[in-house]
Amino acid sequence: MTSEAGACPLVGGASLCACARGLAHGGGAGAGWPFAEPPLLLTGACRCPVRPGTARSGAEQSGARLGGPARAAAMGSRASTLLRDEEIEEIKKETGFSHSQITRLYSRFTSLDKGENGTLSREDFQRIPELAINPLGDRIINAFFPEGEDQVNFRGFMRTLAHFRPIEDNEKSKDQNGPEPLNSRSNKLHFAFRLYDLDKDDKISRDELLQVLRMMVGVNISDEQLGSIADRTIQEADQDGDSAISFAEFVKVLEKVDVEQKMSIRFLH
Amino acid sequence: MSKYCQAVGWHFEGASMEKNRGGYGLVEGKILSVCLVLFVVLVLLPSMFRVSLGISHIYVKIVVKTLEWATLQIEKGVKKQKALVLENLTSNGIIQREEASMEEEIAGQRRGRFNLADVLYFSKKGFEAVAEDEVTRRFSSEELVSWNLLSRTNVSFHRISWQLTFVWVIGILIRYCLLMPLRVSLASFSMLLLVSATTVVGQFPNGRVKRWLSNQVQMTCAALGVRCLSGAVHFHNRENRPQKGGICVANHTSPLDVLILASDGCYSLVGQAHGGLLGLIQKSCMKTTEHVLFERSEMKARHLVRKKIREHVADKTKLPILIFPEGTCINNTSVMMFKKGSFEVGGTIHPVAIKYDPRFGDAFWNSMKYSMMTYAFKLMTSWAIVCNVWYLPPMVKEEEEDAVHFADRVKAVIAARGGMSVLPWDGGLKRKKVKESFKQEQQKKYCQIVVENGTVGNANVH
Repeated sequence: MTSEAGACPLVGGASLCACARGLAHGGGAGAGWPFAEPPLLLTGACRCPVRPGTARSGAEQSGARLGGPARAAAMGSRASTLLRDEEIEEIKKETGFSHSQITRLYSRFTSLDKGENGTLSREDFQRIPELAINPLGDRIINAFFPEGEDQVNFRGFMRTLAHFRPIEDNEKSKDQNGPEPLNSRSNKLHFAFRLYDLDKDDKISRDELLQVLRMMVGVNISDEQLGSIADRTIQEADQDGDSAISFAEFVKVLEKVDVEQKMSIRFLH
Repeated sequence: MSKYCQAVGWHFEGASMEKNRGGYGLVEGKILSVCLVLFVVLVLLPSMFRVSLGISHIYVKIVVKTLEWATLQIEKGVKKQKALVLENLTSNGIIQREEASMEEEIAGQRRGRFNLADVLYFSKKGFEAVAEDEVTRRFSSEELVSWNLLSRTNVSFHRISWQLTFVWVIGILIRYCLLMPLRVSLASFSMLLLVSATTVVGQFPNGRVKRWLSNQVQMTCAALGVRCLSGAVHFHNRENRPQKGGICVANHTSPLDVLILASDGCYSLVGQAHGGLLGLIQKSCMKTTEHVLFERSEMKARHLVRKKIREHVADKTKLPILIFPEGTCINNTSVMMFKKGSFEVGGTIHPVAIKYDPRFGDAFWNSMKYSMMTYAFKLMTSWAIVCNVWYLPPMVKEEEEDAVHFADRVKAVIAARGGMSVLPWDGGLKRKKVKESFKQEQQKKYCQIVVENGTVGNANVH
């Protein structure tokens, strides 16, 4: 994955910008551009020399790059000028954050982005000390990265953060036609379920439960004790006898838990 | 006859031309000498005798008035345009944390049991840290509540009203075309003076005269340095100034701290050895006074430094040592962990609190992002450097107190005086990862909740 023909030398290392990704994944390596239609254009000058002049592909990448002189002018200034209004609107619709919350979180995103390439890597998250000492730190960081990827852009960052937005009352009475908001009770529970479900097979097996338990307790509890906790937990939750916890069983277990309060962060306006 | 007149005429012409050329040269010479005289009278002499002419203070007052006007303009303009920029001005935080402890959140009434819902607590804490954490925001410049008319803090403020834009542009012209060349030339002159003076004084034989001279040289050059940045420094409680044989301890924001403190007293410095411009200054200072320079990354360096400090403190004729126990530059909004090394040595500690006014320019040196030269350029193009320095009463370690506790005590005193918050985190986290032991502490804490009386139950709330 590192130095294939056409790998973007700017982004460097194992990560490829979306322009070059088409080459790495499945297209004929070195043969040219395999994607048929031009990618969804977002802002900005993608400086990818592999495909000069085009913007990044897909809704994946946020349009955070600037050309040389503009970047120099923006050096040190608050980064909200780099996020375009259309993107803010899109993120607002998708996640429900307000305009100022999005710009503030974008500042935060860019301050974490040490490589200044518009995406965060796992190392960027691990640089946050309070997250690094969290026993479930690795699972939380993992939640940001979609399947098999090593970089998360601002869109993905906001989408994951949106799970922790408080449920507002006026949203409950919104029309049921649109997709379920990311911060609904069901989606929050789904998120918590995914923290346990390491292999993403929609079941929490005994092994997975043991692994997560081990993360939370460290070395302070013996294997046998931990095993018995896991067994008892599965026994009490399992209803269809498959010795694993499905999502429905998980929801039943957390029925009486105030998920809205425990999984909501108060974002300031 | 005509030929004769022509010749004379040419002669006169030639002579008058020469006179003009000479006159022209004379004018240039006059300007230069006037500049020199002005410099000596207005800058050099007051620095040497540490007298303030009040020019900086008047300038600072003018800048304050301008900034207040700008803030009003922004508020008016924002109301007119109904922009959401105002929200950025009011609150500085992203989230509001709930300060419930792990006990309250997880256990409630159910101690000694594991619940599938326990993971919610950790995930919430983790996401709070992702959205806003206390530590990493200390390693970058402080966010301002309102705009201070510098391009570097601009969030499209200049589009609010044409008057604001006009003042901003004038500000740019003044700062870049008038102030910066002035400051740069002053700074280069002070550097030259420092290097040459220390070389000269370094030749003297060791003794009282050399010490007195080197003190004078250091203080004058530091005062010059402060002036060339339009520094307006207010010293408070000067009766508490560090005495010989003591250890002076302060919060660290940038190398300017050293300059500011050195303009009001003489210190022996302990610090990280740098290269480049800063290295040159350090080497010049080393010629006349004893300083301790070390490499931060070397493990053995710590013992060596501690030994040297101990020896220095024991000798009551030596200058007070200036140490920054945080070990690195922090952005002046909070005081981070004080390393216990300087507090174990014994001796009197003289705490000093330094607080910069962020409206006039950002004094914080983000050494990961900017080199020394870029930082110096930023300083030269700010409005001014305004800060308050408080000399606090001396403190001594008590009998049963251990060094860590003493360090925390001193830290609390400095933070309280300077109006900064206190953080238990290590400033070294700027460069290195957090220790595993902290994670293990969290895990242990969780175990204590989940385990009770040596047995572990579990409860799934149905």
